[in-house]
Amino acid sequence: MNRNKRSHLLQQYLYVGPTALFFLCMVLVPFFLGIYYSFTSWNGISSHVGWNGIQNYVHIFTRDYSFLNAFWFTAKFTVVALILTNLLGFALAYILTRRLFARNTLRAVFFIPHVIGGLLLGFIWQFIFVQGFSSIGELTGWSFFTLPWLGTGTTAFWAIVIVFVWQNAGYLMVIYISAINNVPSSLIEAAKVDGAGRSQLLRKVIVPLIMPAVTVCLFLTISWSFKLFDLNLSLTEGGPFKSTQTVSLNIYEEAFTISRFGLGSAKAMIFFIIVAIISLLQVRATKKKEVEM
Amino acid sequence: MDFIARKRNGSRIVTQIVVILLAILFLVPFYFLVGNSFKGYGEILSNSASFPGAFNGDNYTQAWHATNFSYVFMNSLVITVVSNVLLALLCAMCAYKMVRNDNLFNRVLFVAFVAAMVIPFQAIMIPLVQVISGIGLMNTRIGLIVAYLGFGAPLTVFLLHGFVKSVPVDIEEAATVDGSSPNGIFFRVVLPLMQPIIVTVIILNTLWIWNDYLMPSLILHDPQLRTIPIATYMFFGEYTKQWDLALPALVMGITPIVIFFLAMQKYIIEGIAQGSVKG
Repeated sequence: MNRNKRSHLLQQYLYVGPTALFFLCMVLVPFFLGIYYSFTSWNGISSHVGWNGIQNYVHIFTRDYSFLNAFWFTAKFTVVALILTNLLGFALAYILTRRLFARNTLRAVFFIPHVIGGLLLGFIWQFIFVQGFSSIGELTGWSFFTLPWLGTGTTAFWAIVIVFVWQNAGYLMVIYISAINNVPSSLIEAAKVDGAGRSQLLRKVIVPLIMPAVTVCLFLTISWSFKLFDLNLSLTEGGPFKSTQTVSLNIYEEAFTISRFGLGSAKAMIFFIIVAIISLLQVRATKKKEVEM
Repeated sequence: MDFIARKRNGSRIVTQIVVILLAILFLVPFYFLVGNSFKGYGEILSNSASFPGAFNGDNYTQAWHATNFSYVFMNSLVITVVSNVLLALLCAMCAYKMVRNDNLFNRVLFVAFVAAMVIPFQAIMIPLVQVISGIGLMNTRIGLIVAYLGFGAPLTVFLLHGFVKSVPVDIEEAATVDGSSPNGIFFRVVLPLMQPIIVTVIILNTLWIWNDYLMPSLILHDPQLRTIPIATYMFFGEYTKQWDLALPALVMGITPIVIFFLAMQKYIIEGIAQGSVKG
């Protein structure tokens, strides 16, 4: 009996131990260290870590306009990107669940941008906005293509939106396709027999039944766009004049370019709290929807 | 009836055309990228929309050597493969025991994993660098892999945990009666059953790790250790606006993952649809 118990314990260590240890060292310890650093004036190098109380937080909320700007930019970007990516993703899914020629190839085409990392995509699109668009502009004469796309704050904002939508709509499409395919065909047939037209079918039957997928997609997009970093770094590097800097990039520069680890950690904690609140809302929204179903 | 059928057909043809045009629009960036990667510098500047006059491979040779691409590719490959195998295996073991041994520690750990899924990388990156240099793994591939094992664990365990719960215990009991050891049960009975969700997990983690820039850039500083995203970033820093070299480097950078996608397309699309249900 005792031996059995000991082997049981050994199994627990062997199976759960490694993952728990990596998780502890690489996530929990840094996370709690980060909370501590956020109350200090540490610069990352000196052995002296000066206690700073809540000074970092006060500084961020009252004087750090770059952070507040980055925050405002990120929030605006998230809302716009969220709406456009989901609309396009759903539209593609809705179209590509119909019996069309080369359906699977088309799905693959729309998905491909997502497999390429944001950093490389940003560089690719930098070329397209700078060289490609101006060539198209010369050929067609359309002023849309001759705008200084990465040169002003407003156009650079839309440039990032365009690339983000192009990159992620296909991913959402895949989720929406599987949700639409799971709508029982008997329900659709019944609605058709009752005389529902295509738009009624969409609004009254399909959309309500795929709400769980909508929730998943909405929060997936929020999480991607709110944490946007790679694409921002390579496409605009936050410019011109920091007008397109995301919160992630702002934290990164605070910590690793200006070497203010304490201040950077405080920003990271604020960022964490906001992301946590959004995620809690997500869990609540999902739960509520499940009850309704 | 006939009229309605014809109208339906007509609308299908219109939809078909619209969706094909959209697909072409989606592919235009790749045309610009690949087409211009074969042009000389002057040709790119004068007209980037034209089809390349001659296919010039010199750009590629130069970019290949300047980025040290064979090295860089191997680094990305080794890091992605090793991290993936270890993440899938260790997390599968962990998730399995957490489901079957319902004790306090495992319950607390599960709550910690779920809570940690919320933590953005930016919130831990600053001290993570300290921790990794503290244990002497700075500037090593092992250090990066260990960081992936820790940071990837919450979502991976969560997905696997949900799946293990649906595996009936009866099968394991039958195997015990047949004289299988606990390890035998896991590796020969449960692990094979987990294959579909493991495919999902590997796909999600591959897309993440292969494309990740921030974490490797903080841990790997040695030029010999660069991954594809780091090498691309460094290359752009050195050759600003030298598109005749930058574009071939970008084409080389995206080729492996695009090939991976085309080869695994079916699994990737199914895996994502599955993973998102829990996402």
